[in-house]
Amino acid sequence: METGNGKATPLGSSERYKAGVLKYAEMGYWNPDYEPGDTDVLALFRITPQDGVDPIEAAAAVAGESSTATWTVVWTDRLTAADSYRAKAYKVEPVPGSPDQHFAYIAYDLALFEPGSIANLSASIIGNVFGFKPLKALRLEDMRFPAAYVKTFDGPPTGIVVERERLDKFGRPLLGATTKPKLGLSGRNYGRVVYEALKGGLDFTKDDENINSQPFMHWRDRFLFCMEAVNRASAATGEVKGHYLNVTAATMEDMYERAEFARDLGSVVVMIDLVIGYTAIQSMSKWARRNDMILHLHRAGHGTYTRQKAHGISFRVISKWMRLAGVDHIHAGTVVGKLEGDPDMVQGFYNVLREPHNPVDLQRGIHFEQDWAGLRKVMPVASGGIHAGQMHQLLHYLGDDVVLQFGGGTIGHPMGIQAGATANRVALESMVLARNEGRDLWAEGPDILADAARDCSPLKAALDTWGEVTFDYTSTDTSDYVPTPTPA
Amino acid sequence: MRLTQGTFSFLPDLSDDQISNQIEYCLENGWAVSVEYTDDPHPRNTYWEMFGNPMFDLRDAAGVMKEVSAARTTFPNHYIKVNAFDATRGVESLRLSFIVNRPDPEPGFGLVRQEVDGRAIRYTIRAYATDQPEGERYQ
Repeated sequence: METGNGKATPLGSSERYKAGVLKYAEMGYWNPDYEPGDTDVLALFRITPQDGVDPIEAAAAVAGESSTATWTVVWTDRLTAADSYRAKAYKVEPVPGSPDQHFAYIAYDLALFEPGSIANLSASIIGNVFGFKPLKALRLEDMRFPAAYVKTFDGPPTGIVVERERLDKFGRPLLGATTKPKLGLSGRNYGRVVYEALKGGLDFTKDDENINSQPFMHWRDRFLFCMEAVNRASAATGEVKGHYLNVTAATMEDMYERAEFARDLGSVVVMIDLVIGYTAIQSMSKWARRNDMILHLHRAGHGTYTRQKAHGISFRVISKWMRLAGVDHIHAGTVVGKLEGDPDMVQGFYNVLREPHNPVDLQRGIHFEQDWAGLRKVMPVASGGIHAGQMHQLLHYLGDDVVLQFGGGTIGHPMGIQAGATANRVALESMVLARNEGRDLWAEGPDILADAARDCSPLKAALDTWGEVTFDYTSTDTSDYVPTPTPA
Repeated sequence: MRLTQGTFSFLPDLSDDQISNQIEYCLENGWAVSVEYTDDPHPRNTYWEMFGNPMFDLRDAAGVMKEVSAARTTFPNHYIKVNAFDATRGVESLRLSFIVNRPDPEPGFGLVRQEVDGRAIRYTIRAYATDQPEGERYQ
């Protein structure tokens, strides 16, 4: 029997469709001869079968449960071009260094997916299959999207290049800070933090993920005070400034209302949280396109399913989905800060967000070549426990197209918030200047900072306060292909 | 005030050697360097006057420095910046942009507030210098 791709299924059709239960591999979900086509969607799963379950059968089961299969044979398959709609596990290999785990490569026909819908894509790929009993654990490691599918998504409403042109900021990472404390400030006091940080030298300030509209500060009040602060800081410096106004709310109607208010007040950026869901994210992306708005995404909640290596979804896949869904900023790790992030893994996420084309790069967890077909680039955001004393490491690991967010590292400065912001900006500009002059940041970074601090007492105070602070813990989400260094 | 547009405005003004090093870096990356000037530093004044076209074929930092110096001689009291343009597909935009000359003093900007409905305010940023006609702003 011929499939749509010209490969034989293991059984003849009369045996294949006899009522009863067959192994998934026998139902056509395992095909080691299958050569993925240019228009196939590809997925790589890390599977941990239950004891005694054959890895190939487990891989076939994943292919089946994430495409057309149910637990038993159904004759109604024969009313469809079932052989082409079946996902095919085409390669299973042991994970280096993890004897109970295997990598399963699975190909899906493009026709299985609705154009331009992350909800549809994810309902298949991470749907029922993640609760499937024969597997102890399952993790979606990577995906490859054919150009034909990529072109069905609008992608980022602004993108890195246009964002920089709009802000008139080139040649260096952007700087931000999250207003702290994250809960409890009144609108008036909150705006004070925004004003001081922006006037002191930051490009952006940010609402935290759980700042929405609480009894101590309703959203309209926050928006009004923040925009006063943004405009005052802009007039004081002659620069375009922004505050990520978080429009996350209970319903789309509420989010649109808040976003429209932000637009009417002249904000250049609004913010949403990952927990609003893929469809809401795509709706807000369309809104941002219509309104020339930068769309910032905080990845609230991702750690519940991205962090553990055996089960869940790699953040690499979330990064790809969010580039397709269309956000302009996404928090993607710092390497050196307080939150999870192995250097190789984080650089892999950044490459997925920023590059026009990703080659296979196993050390950084990228298992598939990906052509982004001209889709705009997402600006990664590095946030969480970083400070001016790490500037050389941040520039080394993360490059120029990133927003470096120093919340505590700005607001906790001993000389005040403006001084904290200035310390960060001076540290950054002196490091970029030195790098462009050809100096070796890794070796000379601390000296470059110390030199810059001679002309800048806020930077000296920042280095004296935090210079020795590091978060040197072993990461849980690490590369399978090299020994894992921890950042110094 | 000090206008802090541009990549290096929080550092002390760059020396000619430092400017030359940055230009060298741009040329090594294959970027086209250009010089622009203005006496309207509004943050959304995108189109500063071009002091000639971008120097697509000039690969020598000393040559660019001559243009910088000519711009400074012609417009000693204007803002002057050096831009580096990257024509790589998917970028096709500036990769570096920094100020190399500024008027003294810099009067800065006022913020005009128009109070409208529901406590909302429409903000306008206005450079004090632009009260004067072009060319007569930083005498």
